[in-house]
Amino acid sequence: MKRKFLPIACFFAIFLPLLSGCGNAPSSGNNEVIVYNWGEYLDPETLEMFEEETGITVIYDEFETNEIMYPKVETGATEYDVLCPSDYMIQKLIDHDLLAELNFENIPNAKANIGSQYWEQSKEFDPENKYSVPYCWGTVGILYNKTMVDSPIDSWSVLWDETYADNILMQDSVRDAFMVALKRNGCSMNSTDTVELEAAKQALIDQKPLVQAYVVDQVRDKMIGNEAAIGVIYSGEAIYTQRENPDLEYVIPKEGTNVWIDSWVITKNAPNKENAEKFIDFMCRPDIALMNFEYITYSTPNEAARELIEEDDIRNSPIAFPDLSQYAGLETFRYLGADADQIYNDLWKEVKSK
Amino acid sequence: MKPNKLTDRLLSAPYLLWEAIFIIVPLGMVFYYGLTDRFGAFTMENVVAIMGAEHAKALWLSIALSLASTVVCFLLAYPLAMILAHMNVSQHSFIVLIFILPMWMNFLLRTLAWQTLLEKNGVINNILEFLHMPPLAIINTPAAIILGMVYNFLPFMVLPIYNSLVKVDPNVVNAARDLGANEIQTFFKIIFPLTIPGVISGITMVFVPALTTFVISKLLGGSKILLIGNVIEEEFTQAGNWHLGSGLSIVLMVFILFNMVISAIFDKNGEGNML
Repeated sequence: MKRKFLPIACFFAIFLPLLSGCGNAPSSGNNEVIVYNWGEYLDPETLEMFEEETGITVIYDEFETNEIMYPKVETGATEYDVLCPSDYMIQKLIDHDLLAELNFENIPNAKANIGSQYWEQSKEFDPENKYSVPYCWGTVGILYNKTMVDSPIDSWSVLWDETYADNILMQDSVRDAFMVALKRNGCSMNSTDTVELEAAKQALIDQKPLVQAYVVDQVRDKMIGNEAAIGVIYSGEAIYTQRENPDLEYVIPKEGTNVWIDSWVITKNAPNKENAEKFIDFMCRPDIALMNFEYITYSTPNEAARELIEEDDIRNSPIAFPDLSQYAGLETFRYLGADADQIYNDLWKEVKSK
Repeated sequence: MKPNKLTDRLLSAPYLLWEAIFIIVPLGMVFYYGLTDRFGAFTMENVVAIMGAEHAKALWLSIALSLASTVVCFLLAYPLAMILAHMNVSQHSFIVLIFILPMWMNFLLRTLAWQTLLEKNGVINNILEFLHMPPLAIINTPAAIILGMVYNFLPFMVLPIYNSLVKVDPNVVNAARDLGANEIQTFFKIIFPLTIPGVISGITMVFVPALTTFVISKLLGGSKILLIGNVIEEEFTQAGNWHLGSGLSIVLMVFILFNMVISAIFDKNGEGNML
């Protein structure tokens, strides 16, 4: 008996806690909020402050791209309360009925502090401003090293200039890469026109021999380290890179670009909806928004927080807070549907395998 | 005391459960996704997709690069294993330790370090510039990918070969010498044939991870060179088409199984399992 007992005991000792753990792991505590945000996209200190002030525990998880985030939310494998997706992905989430309408009475700081133009812009993907609260916004542009180019840069076409062969860093993601090619060709970056997309694909294939590498986050470090002369970058990263390497300059190309917004949203099946609204409200408080802006350097739509920025050159920085009325051809990404997504992905694969 | 069958079974239960949850179930899911379409209907389309121009090209490129790195690994590993095998115990355990030491560091970090070394303004080029020598321009080329593969997988070739070399009975070698064979003849007629099982498992252990890698080509190839691993990764993370990603994984699995079968036939003593 003894001999048989031991393995059985071991078995239960090892697996019972696991099994019981399965049952109540998610949404057990009623005083928590589960946040799913971009990597390095807020000041961790603000989370501690939130926990201290409200007594709500924050369970914090990070994603790398909208595309990685989406299936996790769709399948409901993990129950998240608060997400921070980009414009077109919010539209997709709304389309698939995965978001909850917000009760703005519980989020007074949102309407009070977020500038009206950002609510207006949000209507592109959230037509009635029912689901999302803008958190960060920005543009996509060209970051170049003044010491490595002959003349100031103002156009996407420089990315096809052979003098900069092996000195160009492109974004390694479908929509961003096609945005550059489509804008250069004078088309909409939300185009689903086969002829326009084919032309954009051909342009990207023509460009490939000149490209040093396709990168996402690494464009920051490579530009700081003088590895390349020109890179396509998100405006939020530009301020940081300039601090590290003063030779770098950011420009919004004259053909226009992507003006994007990342917004807080709450999932349809959020287990802690009230806490989630408290969290979003907290993030909209001017002092918290300021802390986050200073930590991540992505432009804040929070006008009250912008007023609090001490340095004049940052508060009026044309990179962080550009006067968008000066530029033509500005657009926001829209979700184009599964079929168009498929076309984009197939064309991108052709570019990458050339 | 004879081993009790029931005890055996119970003791292996945790492992079997682990295997079921983390190997069988995921494998089943790969096959489910790979053989269905968006609407859940059965289709072979995702598997046949390997014939498409981009996928086929990525697969051949992966095979070519992993073969090249396997050959380079073999040419480097065999002499090294022989040197190790001829040392006395205290010396060789130290050398083997030095050899395995980098493997304790994270694979991603080591590959990232190579990126910093090889970059245009990287460490190697700075040294070359200081010595007034022409710069090394292999970053973001297939050569850099092969270098990354060789660096990361070389220990997997050295150790099985080393294991089979130390098992060669010195009396066999002495007998060959006795019978008049010179060094070269002894090597090709006696030593090398006896170490073939080690060589085969070394080849498998280098070729399979090299064939499926997507990190090395991403970091050292600048994402400009699309290997089959990158195609599959992007289907999951960027394109969100799990069906196509799984279908292509099934094809890749066939290649890996083929390789494993060959190695199982030769490697009856399990040199490959020494790691």
